[in-house]
Amino acid sequence: MKHLVQLSLRRWSILAGAAALAATGVASPVWAQRDPAYAAARAAGQIGEKPDGYLGVVGGASPDVRALVDKINIQRRANYTQRASAQNATVEEYAFTQGCILIQRTAPGEKYQAPGGGWQTRGSGAPERDPRCP
Amino acid sequence: MTFRHLTASNPPTSRDGVRQERSKTDSLSRCGIAVAVLLGGAMALAGCISVNAPDKPIVIELNINIKQEVIYRLAEDVKQNIEANPEIF
Repeated sequence: MKHLVQLSLRRWSILAGAAALAATGVASPVWAQRDPAYAAARAAGQIGEKPDGYLGVVGGASPDVRALVDKINIQRRANYTQRASAQNATVEEYAFTQGCILIQRTAPGEKYQAPGGGWQTRGSGAPERDPRCP
Repeated sequence: MTFRHLTASNPPTSRDGVRQERSKTDSLSRCGIAVAVLLGGAMALAGCISVNAPDKPIVIELNINIKQEVIYRLAEDVKQNIEANPEIF
């Protein structure tokens, strides 16, 4: 009996958790799930999106910010490698396409790297992207 | 001048040998000039191909290999990837 109660309770909690997750996923933007340190550094313009699909450090950032960028870039690399093989594409092709979309989706005030290599602040208009970007 | 002096006073070679050698080198150089002129003329006719060192970083050169059709094919999956893994983007 005790076991049964525990089981049903656990099932309920899992269900409730899933429901909560689904609710937040729908209600809040995707960016809400960013690590707070990453979100802050991004908003401060210390981290920017590069056309190659990876993050870059803008200017002389702290070692903490650099470590954060390296950590996320390693995760991105692993993700791109996996998704690229599923799509029969090279990691570079996949990463570059991801970079196109990530730069397109930067919020006003965030940093991104233009095709020429210079860091730009995203304005209200369209960002400067590679002509091959969709 | 010094070349002539040196070869003329060179004991192991005879005067004939020197003359023969000189005429051989003369005809060779003449031939070389002719070939060079011909080649030059041919190149001028074909139009010059100048190769300049790239002034852009090599990283950007690598991206040129990525074709637009591939990017368009991947665009949809890339968008789904952001939704599926928001923590890394």
